[in-house]
Amino acid sequence: MVECNKFDIDGAFAVQLGKCGDYPLKATGIDTLQMNITRRCNLTCKHCHVNAGPDRAEKMSQEILSRCIKAAEHPSIQTIDITGGAPEIHPDIEMLINEMEALGKRILVRSNLVILLEPGYRHLMGLFADKKVELIGSLPDYRSQRSDRQRGNGVHARIMEAMKELNHIGYGVDGTGLILNLMHNPAGAYLPACQFALESEYRRVLHQEQNLFFNELFCLVNCPVGRYLEYLKNSGNFHDYMQTLNKAFNSKTTGFVMCRKTVSVGWDGRLFDCDFNQVENITVNSGSPAHISDFEFDLLSKREIEVRNHCFACTAGAGSSCCGTLIAD
Amino acid sequence: MNQPYYEPSDLEDFPNIGEYAPAAGEKFFDYYNAATSAGKLTEREKSLIALAVATVRHCPYCIDAFTNKCLSLGVDNDEMMEAVHVGAAMVAGDTLAHATQMRKIIKKKEM
Repeated sequence: MVECNKFDIDGAFAVQLGKCGDYPLKATGIDTLQMNITRRCNLTCKHCHVNAGPDRAEKMSQEILSRCIKAAEHPSIQTIDITGGAPEIHPDIEMLINEMEALGKRILVRSNLVILLEPGYRHLMGLFADKKVELIGSLPDYRSQRSDRQRGNGVHARIMEAMKELNHIGYGVDGTGLILNLMHNPAGAYLPACQFALESEYRRVLHQEQNLFFNELFCLVNCPVGRYLEYLKNSGNFHDYMQTLNKAFNSKTTGFVMCRKTVSVGWDGRLFDCDFNQVENITVNSGSPAHISDFEFDLLSKREIEVRNHCFACTAGAGSSCCGTLIAD
Repeated sequence: MNQPYYEPSDLEDFPNIGEYAPAAGEKFFDYYNAATSAGKLTEREKSLIALAVATVRHCPYCIDAFTNKCLSLGVDNDEMMEAVHVGAAMVAGDTLAHATQMRKIIKKKEM
């Protein structure tokens, strides 16, 4: 029986989990440490759930970075997922990558790609390639009209330029071992289609029209938090969008949602179940202080996940995560 | 009483259209799903056909459903409008082609 006092305003997501016997949702380990190292970004995208932009100053201190590196020593943690903002902007990103590589971790960097063309950041392409960092480049659409509407005029063309340079050094090219995955998210109040269908279309258009290559396309359902939530409300789409997410709930996805095996660290060291809870200031409920300085692997790896209605974004259709859909479409 | 006949929320009732005739309803959905899923034509191509038919047939539910589906599939706005123009052109052509009957009668009746 689901406890009503644990619900947020209407608790619809917790109720839905309860119906399929998955409430409370529990972590089943930690294989990924996601680090949001800065809120600063060179872009101000309309869909950004962390409200990143050029005016944000928050960044992870050296002390918090060191604590994260220490926590990552645990052998179960195999993947370090570095995000922001634009993580490249953080002055210590090179140190962080070097340290994580020395620990033998798989390193992901979530990049808007255009930052890599900016003065002072171009050299990072070589560092990423040298350390076999997997790049996840945000590309909302394969054509400029929708991408630019979401990310700003001229951004799409710059992404194409960055992809060209990355392809040139081997990123996204078969046989090089350098992974360039792309992230699609809808430029509006609707859900993405089947990942396979969209990947085929991305591949066809990017290859035929631009001669560009990438490895995989990840589809992300926009989560109703942060700037995207503001957009939904201001455009009168909030109710319909939440209803669409609710209707698309798929109980087969709950076993695979990324929070079950991830801990997300905020720029200030606080611990969260995911990037979305981070924006909503909902820290982990593990029984120990929710801060990297008190990182208790055992408690965190079996914690109860804090669910809210925005979690419907991760369980819609084939499911959604920072690494694409959760189950076969 | 200004309740419209067509309500957006009616679209949610679509899975229930087999009510009162479940066997036929099930057969319809099997057929519907097979016809609209990817085959030799992609899901994208089929969705554009469905959108054109929906506008020609003036079905608000289908227009809603397939506009959203086309958006989800990454179909460009101008591609959707091109598909609608195909439907519009077919309707115009169909109308004008039927004027053949009128022209035949005129030619038969006039001195």
